[in-house]
Amino acid sequence: MSLIGAAVGHRTLVRVDPIRCDGHGLCAGLLPERIRLDEWGYPIISSEPMDADLDAHARRAVAACPALALSRQPAPLPAPRTPARPPTPRSRPTGGPR
Amino acid sequence: MTAAPLVGSRTAPSGTQRLLAAVRDDGQPMSLAEHLARFGRLPTNRRGAGSWLVEEVDQAGLRGRGGAGFPTGRKMRTVAAARRRPVVLVNGSEGEPASQKDALLMQQAPHLVLDGVVAAALAVGATRAYLVVHEGTNLDGHLDRALTERAGLDERVEIVVAASAGGYVGSEESALVSWVNGAAALPAATPPRPFERGVDGRATLVVNVETVAHIALIARYGAAWFAEIGEEQEPGTVLLTVSGAAAHPGVVEAATGTRLAQVLAVAGVDPDRCSAILVGGYFGSWVPIDAALRMPVSQAGAVSVGAGLGAGVVVALDERACGLAETARVMAFLARSGAGQCGPCPYGLPAIAGAVTAIAHGTARARAHGDLERWLRVVPGRGACRHPDGAVRFAASALTTFAADVAHHATHGPCSGAHLPAVLPIPDRRSTGPRPGEPATWGSR
Ligand SMILES: Cc1cc2nc3c(=O)[nH]c(=O)nc-3n(C[C@H](O)[C@H](O)[C@H](O)COP(=O)(O)O)c2cc1C
Ligand code: SF4
Ligand code: SF4
Repeated sequence: MSLIGAAVGHRTLVRVDPIRCDGHGLCAGLLPERIRLDEWGYPIISSEPMDADLDAHARRAVAACPALALSRQPAPLPAPRTPARPPTPRSRPTGGPR
Repeated sequence: MTAAPLVGSRTAPSGTQRLLAAVRDDGQPMSLAEHLARFGRLPTNRRGAGSWLVEEVDQAGLRGRGGAGFPTGRKMRTVAAARRRPVVLVNGSEGEPASQKDALLMQQAPHLVLDGVVAAALAVGATRAYLVVHEGTNLDGHLDRALTERAGLDERVEIVVAASAGGYVGSEESALVSWVNGAAALPAATPPRPFERGVDGRATLVVNVETVAHIALIARYGAAWFAEIGEEQEPGTVLLTVSGAAAHPGVVEAATGTRLAQVLAVAGVDPDRCSAILVGGYFGSWVPIDAALRMPVSQAGAVSVGAGLGAGVVVALDERACGLAETARVMAFLARSGAGQCGPCPYGLPAIAGAVTAIAHGTARARAHGDLERWLRVVPGRGACRHPDGAVRFAASALTTFAADVAHHATHGPCSGAHLPAVLPIPDRRSTGPRPGEPATWGSR
């Protein structure tokens, strides 16, 4: 995997803020490749990163969400085979299910 | 007790009764004088107390006792590195209905808990710490009296004791932070997480009461002492609240790695008369009795039998009781306890609770099983907090552990156990949900 380069930086993920989301369902129509709706009309979002082409559609979905609940974020980089320096830990304290 | 006792001069508790060494047999709270005679003063006046103690807690391998089991030292290090002065928020809400260990510590060993609050604050460089308990427990007044006793100790940390009105979900860390900030006790969308931005926008260390009590002992006796007993990966002792079909229900302290069978024996549980054990609380799992008996008491041990240790709740289910009926009641409670903020939670949990209830009553339609399986897959991981994840785990474990009962109820209707008195406690309806806009009730200092 020699994914290092400009293309890597462009890979993105779409995210929903579940508190803001009102279940309008618009997003699923605009980005069916990554968003489908559950039976109550709330989005189920795939964790598959998007390339630049799909990201353009994601941008549109983000702009269209009436609740301002959708956002895009850079996808975590795939682990390089020979890290130049020790990778910084990505894990964070979580308040998981008790 | 006039001369200041030498720092750390008292002998460390030996054996597995470490936290419980601060709990008197007669049920009376330990006074400050007695506490100091037993444990000595906190070694807080050492230079560089901060980084030293963070290192020590990290070395000790202490993990959070509030449910998630995250390494405490790592969390402390992140908070200690914040640019602005951080805040400590100690979680004493103990929202888990079948748990009593935090209340026991606060009630009977208030000075060990307060030592822990002070130690955690000094370690991360905080000068203010909040200790939040649940409203209606009277623990706030009790802890305030203990604080008054400590006035002469000249501690460099301001401790604010407060009673929150939040329900089950109101004791989740971001909900507590919101509440301390003057908003409703509802979970907030993360990031930022409290350790990044919490109380007053400052990095906030949210830790459980039992966790800080361990920190109070680590500060005195060190990481090596802490790790002397228990499993290598998660050493020390844990508090378990054992209830249900137990002759001597109560809080048991066990070294990690102890077989659950031993803990059950101490609490007077007859395994021959139990069908299953609820491990971890209402976000936990039902474990069939045979697997439960050989389960090592630890996060990893619980995982090995498909459960999680959670906050250390252990409930023994009498073989005559109906695990499905118990699960249905708890699911209904969890469904109405959600904060109602995130679609999949307020729609999904009631749907799941309804299906489990129908299965328990033997009234489930044929497609209920398929619906339920789908909801259990689709609901977790999509809320702002992990409430739905925990609830789903609990329901799913019931379907596996009580699979034979599910089949039996489908053909023969509910079993006789469905009419027995309930085993699992359900808090009063009025106190289950967060009440937005409720004014904060601060304990006086
Ligand atoms: C719905 C929900 C309820 C919670 N209730 C409690 C609680 O009552 N007491 C507690 O200590 N932690 C509770 N937690 C966990 C806290 O969010 C947090 O992780 C914990 O207080 C951190 O302390 P620890 O690292 O010492 O375990 C809850 C989490 C969730 C998702
Ligand atoms: S468009 Fe926005 S509000 Fe509507 S479902 Fe999608 S994320 Fe939710
Ligand atoms: S997941 Fe449920 S309990 Fe958690 S914040 Fe959302 S609605 Fe509230």
